[in-house]
Amino acid sequence: MPENLESVIEKASILLLKGATTIIPPDVKEALIKARDGETNPLAIAQLNAILENCKLAERESKPICQDTGLIIFYVSLGENFPIKGRLKDILRRATVKATSEIPLRPNAVDVMMHKNSGDNTGRYIPWIEWELVPGSDELTVTAFPKGGGSEAPCIAKVLSPSQGLKYAKKLVVDTVAEAGAKPCPPVSIGVGLGGTIDVAMKIAKKALLRPIGVRSNIEVLANLELELLDLVNSLGIGPHGVGGKTTALTVNVDYAHRHPASYAVAVAFNCWAARRSKMKIYPDGSVEFVTHKILNEWWR
Amino acid sequence: MEYHLNTPLKEKDVRKLRIGDIVYLSGLMITARDAAHNRVLKLLASSEKLPLDLNGLAVYHCGPVVRKLNGEWEIVAAGPTTSARMESYEAEFMEKTGVRMIIGKGGMGNRTAEACKRLGAVYTIFTGGAAVLAARGMKRVVDVKWLDLGVPEAMWIIEAENFGPLMVAIDSTGANFYADLKRRVDKNLMEKVYPKIGFK
Repeated sequence: MPENLESVIEKASILLLKGATTIIPPDVKEALIKARDGETNPLAIAQLNAILENCKLAERESKPICQDTGLIIFYVSLGENFPIKGRLKDILRRATVKATSEIPLRPNAVDVMMHKNSGDNTGRYIPWIEWELVPGSDELTVTAFPKGGGSEAPCIAKVLSPSQGLKYAKKLVVDTVAEAGAKPCPPVSIGVGLGGTIDVAMKIAKKALLRPIGVRSNIEVLANLELELLDLVNSLGIGPHGVGGKTTALTVNVDYAHRHPASYAVAVAFNCWAARRSKMKIYPDGSVEFVTHKILNEWWR
Repeated sequence: MEYHLNTPLKEKDVRKLRIGDIVYLSGLMITARDAAHNRVLKLLASSEKLPLDLNGLAVYHCGPVVRKLNGEWEIVAAGPTTSARMESYEAEFMEKTGVRMIIGKGGMGNRTAEACKRLGAVYTIFTGGAAVLAARGMKRVVDVKWLDLGVPEAMWIIEAENFGPLMVAIDSTGANFYADLKRRVDKNLMEKVYPKIGFK
């Protein structure tokens, strides 16, 4: 293990956050361009052109795509043989503080009880880290997922009765999207989680949002459900920022867990058009690979 | 139609605007989210003075990313936030301050539309999330008040220069682009979506 592995992880995490907040992931950009090219409503085209122009400016000037740089969430897959484990939480916390002043990010962590903004994007349980332990691996994989507030407001989780089942789960999805209207900054990405307990359903709905746009579930029945839901949602006619048009959602990604015999949990999670996520791998020798944002590999060297 | 307007806005100019029109705004405007709206109303309720006369100005629903360079604030990224959160404050806010333009995203409700009609004001939208594009129209930070509320919730006093394009979404006839959208979406839900999943 190199002596400075801790500092490598910290510096790489700052760059990861910079990539996540200033550069739209390539799959999202491609989906937005495809949406623009497929629209006939001039208002929808104007909104999508403004979005694409904004992404270009943000990347060129290294500024946050959106002023809401989100509440900072990390997904960490920790190889059981990776040399640093217990210190990771502190490292990611430090990286968040530094990224906030260096990029800069908007301070978004507000104390629920005291109504006070901490000023550095950290606080009680924040940044939130979702841990996964990977047997036999010696790699560390970190995905930064800065989550904006506007697309968090319409997220919903509900436990249906098994007799209601999938039919009512579909209804919950379309009703929730219709009710959200223009508020979550469409065209949105939608994650749907079925089964488990209510918290499990939301966790897998959120995790489904990590899957790149255009990659369907490898479970055929889910892939078909994703396409069906996407078609249903896009026939609502909300369109980009609610001006009408064909593109209300860029994708619907579904996952499920086995459920309790007595319950049928459903969760619907949203991401705004700026579906920000950035992933990197760190190896025990201190080498770093930025996976979603290849350009970061050049900046890192 | 496309308009280039300056603050303080005149009632007769604002009353010409119709939903779908495009506006580019120059002059003073302030940012205000939930907490700043709340504070303005509280101060006015106890007959205290506001830090700035808001008559004829524009209120932007925005919590910017800022940085301080050589003692001066710079707006880095500043797109609109979801306006629906301010719906419960806005009609009273407009009535008591005399602002003539609300800028945000995602639409506002009947109470705001009614106030726009009565007072001669409009609600306009900027593309949500297009924060770098928005910042280009914000020439300089004139002042900031109430930083105790936190950076996003503070009142940023901004000099705008051709800030836009802003699309009029509620005009002073009370027409509401987003209320129309809601009707259209509900109709699609009932007629196109429900039958496909076995609901009438």
